[in-house]
Amino acid sequence: MPSFVINEKCDGCKGGDKTACMYICPNDLMVLEPNEMKAYNQEPDQCWECFSCVKICPTQAIEVRGYSDFVPLGSSVMPMLGTEDVMWTCKFRNGTIKRFKFPIRTTPEGAANEYPDLKGQDIESQLLSTEEADGYTIPTPTTV
Amino acid sequence: MALPNKPMGELKAVRDPEVEEREVDVLIVGGGMAACGSAFEVKKWLGDDQTVLLCDKAAMERSGAVAQGLSAINTYIGDNSPEDYVRMVRNDLMGIVREDLIYDLGCHVDDSVHLFEEWGLPVWKKTEEGKNLDGKKGLKMGSLKGGASPVRTGKWQIMINGESYKRIVAEAAKKAIGDDNVLERCFIVELLLDASKENQIAGAVGFSVRENKVYIIKCKSMMVACGGAVNIYQPRSVGEGKGRAWYPVWNAGSTYTMCMKVGAELSMMENRFTPARFKDGYGPVGAWFLLFKAKTLNGLGEAFAGSDAAKAELEKYAPYGTAAITPTCLRNHLMLFEMKEGRGPIIMDTVTALAELGKTMDKKELKHLESEAWEDFLDMTCGQANLWCATNTEPEKKNSEVMPTEPYLLGSHSGCCGLWTSGPDYDWVPDSYKIKADNGKVYNRMTTVNGLFTSGDGVGGSGHKFSSGSHAEGRMAVKQCVRYAKDHADYSPALAQSKEELVDLVYKPVRTYLDNFEYTTDEDINPEYVKPSGMALRLMKATHEYGGGTATYYLTTSKNLEIIMDLLATMREDCEKLAAGDLHELMRCWEIYHRIWTVESHLRHIQYRKETRYPGFYYQADYPGQDDENWFAFVNSKYDPKSGEWDVFKRDYVQIIPD
Repeated sequence: MPSFVINEKCDGCKGGDKTACMYICPNDLMVLEPNEMKAYNQEPDQCWECFSCVKICPTQAIEVRGYSDFVPLGSSVMPMLGTEDVMWTCKFRNGTIKRFKFPIRTTPEGAANEYPDLKGQDIESQLLSTEEADGYTIPTPTTV
Repeated sequence: MALPNKPMGELKAVRDPEVEEREVDVLIVGGGMAACGSAFEVKKWLGDDQTVLLCDKAAMERSGAVAQGLSAINTYIGDNSPEDYVRMVRNDLMGIVREDLIYDLGCHVDDSVHLFEEWGLPVWKKTEEGKNLDGKKGLKMGSLKGGASPVRTGKWQIMINGESYKRIVAEAAKKAIGDDNVLERCFIVELLLDASKENQIAGAVGFSVRENKVYIIKCKSMMVACGGAVNIYQPRSVGEGKGRAWYPVWNAGSTYTMCMKVGAELSMMENRFTPARFKDGYGPVGAWFLLFKAKTLNGLGEAFAGSDAAKAELEKYAPYGTAAITPTCLRNHLMLFEMKEGRGPIIMDTVTALAELGKTMDKKELKHLESEAWEDFLDMTCGQANLWCATNTEPEKKNSEVMPTEPYLLGSHSGCCGLWTSGPDYDWVPDSYKIKADNGKVYNRMTTVNGLFTSGDGVGGSGHKFSSGSHAEGRMAVKQCVRYAKDHADYSPALAQSKEELVDLVYKPVRTYLDNFEYTTDEDINPEYVKPSGMALRLMKATHEYGGGTATYYLTTSKNLEIIMDLLATMREDCEKLAAGDLHELMRCWEIYHRIWTVESHLRHIQYRKETRYPGFYYQADYPGQDDENWFAFVNSKYDPKSGEWDVFKRDYVQIIPD
C-alpha cells in the first residue's frame, strides 16, 4: 500500500529544518523534489505501509492507497497522532466508517528516563546497569 | 524517452565522495530494538576516556522491525521461570537450540520491559476482577515492576498499546548515548579486520544516503545488529505488494553477510521462518488464536488442526509434535497438508470466535472487543486494516483467509539462524559454548571474531526473543563490548586497506554507472551493468524456483540446490557490475549484495543438513523426516576471508535444562 503525497497540501516542509517524511521513512523512499519543493515516494513497490510518513507529515499531505495488485480501490485508513493518543479513521469501500482511539504513551514526549547519572559498578558481572542498581540476583538454572 | 540519459533519483551520486575518518572505542551498527538497547546501556559502563558511535541506516525514531509499532510484547517472563522459557523455545524450534543463551536472556528481559513501561509505553493490566484495562486506564493498577498483573494472551505474551513503542525506546536510547554519538542515514556495508592482529575486528566502512560521503570508522570492539533478511524469496505479491513483506522490507541480511565476510561463524542458517498470516495483508494472527480463541478451518469448513489425521501426523514428530503447544513449523505443516490435499484455502473463523466471546458480554464490552481486534492490526500492520476496509471485511461478519508467507531469515522471532556467539561465563555453561578471546577471557555474545559482538536477529540458536528480548540482548552485548575495549585499551586498530581502496570498494557501483550510462538511450538497460532492482528479481526468481520457495510449497532437492548454487555464483560475479546513479540506488546495490551472500549461507546449510528438521518451513525431498541419530546437532559454517572458501560442519548440541 504505497504512500502518496497530495500535491496541493505538500509544501516541502519549507518552514521546518528538515523534510519530515524524508527524515522518518525507514526505507529511504520519501524524497524532496527541490525545484517544485514537493515530496514523493520514489519506490512505491518497496513501501512497507508503516505509515511513519503519514503520521509525521505536518500538513497531512500524505495518505496511502492500497497496493494495486490485491487491494480494491475506495477504502482509506488515516491516523491522527497526538501526544497521548492516536485516532484512526477507517473508511470501508462500501462507505462504512469506523473510528478508533488508542493510547500511545503515558509520559510527556521527551520525558523518557535515560538514567543519565547511573554508572555501572562491576564490569565483570553479567548484570545490566539498572539490575545492578536494584540489587537483582541472577538466578542459576537447575541443570540436567 | 528523454535524452540525454540521467540518473533518476534526487540525490545524485558523484565519482569522488568526501571521506570522513573516525576512531572510537565501541561502534554500534544498527538502530532497531537491539541497537537501542545498546545505546541505552553503553554509557553506563563506558570509561570517561572511552568513546562510542552508533550508525543507523535509517532514523532511530522509526527504524527496524518495530517501526510501525507492536500490539504485544511477546517475551515477558513475569511469574514464569527462565527454565520454562527455555523449554518453550526448545520445543518450538524442534530441539536444537542454545539453552545457555535462551536462559541467560530470560534472566534479563523483564528489566527492559520494566524500562519501557517507565518510559511511557502503555501496558494493559488485569483488574482484581479479571477485567482487562488498556495501557492508559491500567495506570491506576500500578506498574509491572511494582507487581501489577499484565494481560497475558499466551504464557509469554503481554498486551500493550504499542503504536509509539519504537519512538519511546529510541527516545531513551538517543538521550542516553547522546545525539553527537549517533550517525543516522549512515549505511555500514563492510566490516574490516585488523591489518596485523589475526581475527580481530578493527572497524567498518559505510556511506551516507544523504550526501556523497564515505565513512571509515576504526574501533576496538563492535556490536552489529541490523536485523534479519527479507525479500530474499519471491513474495506472494509481485507488484506494488512486494513491499508488504511480513518482516521489515529493509532488512537485507546485512548482519549475517557483514559478519560472515570477516570470518565469523554462522549457526543454524538453514532455519527459516515462513509465518502463517492473514493472506496478502500479512496481519498478525497471534491475538486471534490467543486472545479471541479463533480456530482455523479448511475449505470444507473443518477444524483440521484437531482432527485425528492431524494428530497422527503430529505424532511423527514427537516429542515436539505431541507437546501441549504445537511448534510453529508443524502448524504450517498441517496447513500445507490440507492445501496440497485439495482442502484449501485455510480460513480464520473470526465470526464464530467473536460470537462466542459476545455471548457473555454487554454492548459496551462488545464494542471494546471490536476495537481490540482492529487495534491489533492498526498498531503493527496498518495495511491489513486497509485490506479489511477495502474488501468490506468486518471480522464479526466475514471470515478471512490465512496463508503461509514467503521465507524469511531471522534469529529473534520464531526462527533461530544467526551467528555462533559465546554464552555467558557461568559454571553451568558448557565449555563448548564459550568462546575464548585472545586474552583467554569469555565475552558473552561475542562472535568467533575477536571484538565482534551481535544481538537480536544476529544471535543464532536462540529464537523467541522478540522486541523485548532483542533490547535486553543489545544491552547485554554492549556491556561486554565495553569490557572488551577496556581489556584491550592498548590495542590500536589498524586497517589493511588504504582510504582510497575503501572508497573504491564502496563507490564502485557509482563509478560503473558513470562510466557507462551514456552508451545507451535508457539508463536502466545497459550491457555493461545491472541495476539493483533487476538483480533483486533475479535472486528472488532463483530462490523461488530452486531454493524451496512458495512455488514448490517450500520443497527443494539436492539437485535443485546444486543448480541454485551455480546461479548464486554467477550472481556474485555480476554483482561486480552493479550500477548506481544516485545514493538511494547505491544503498539498494549494497543491500542486494548482502542478500545474495545471506541466501547462499542459508542454502549451503540446507544442503549440508541431510534431514527435514523443520517441516512446514522447508522440505528436503531427498531427506524427508527427522534423523535424530545423525542430525541432532547444530549446523555451523564459516567463510574464510583469506581463501574465499566455505566450511560447513556440525557442532554438538548440549542439553542444559531438563525435559
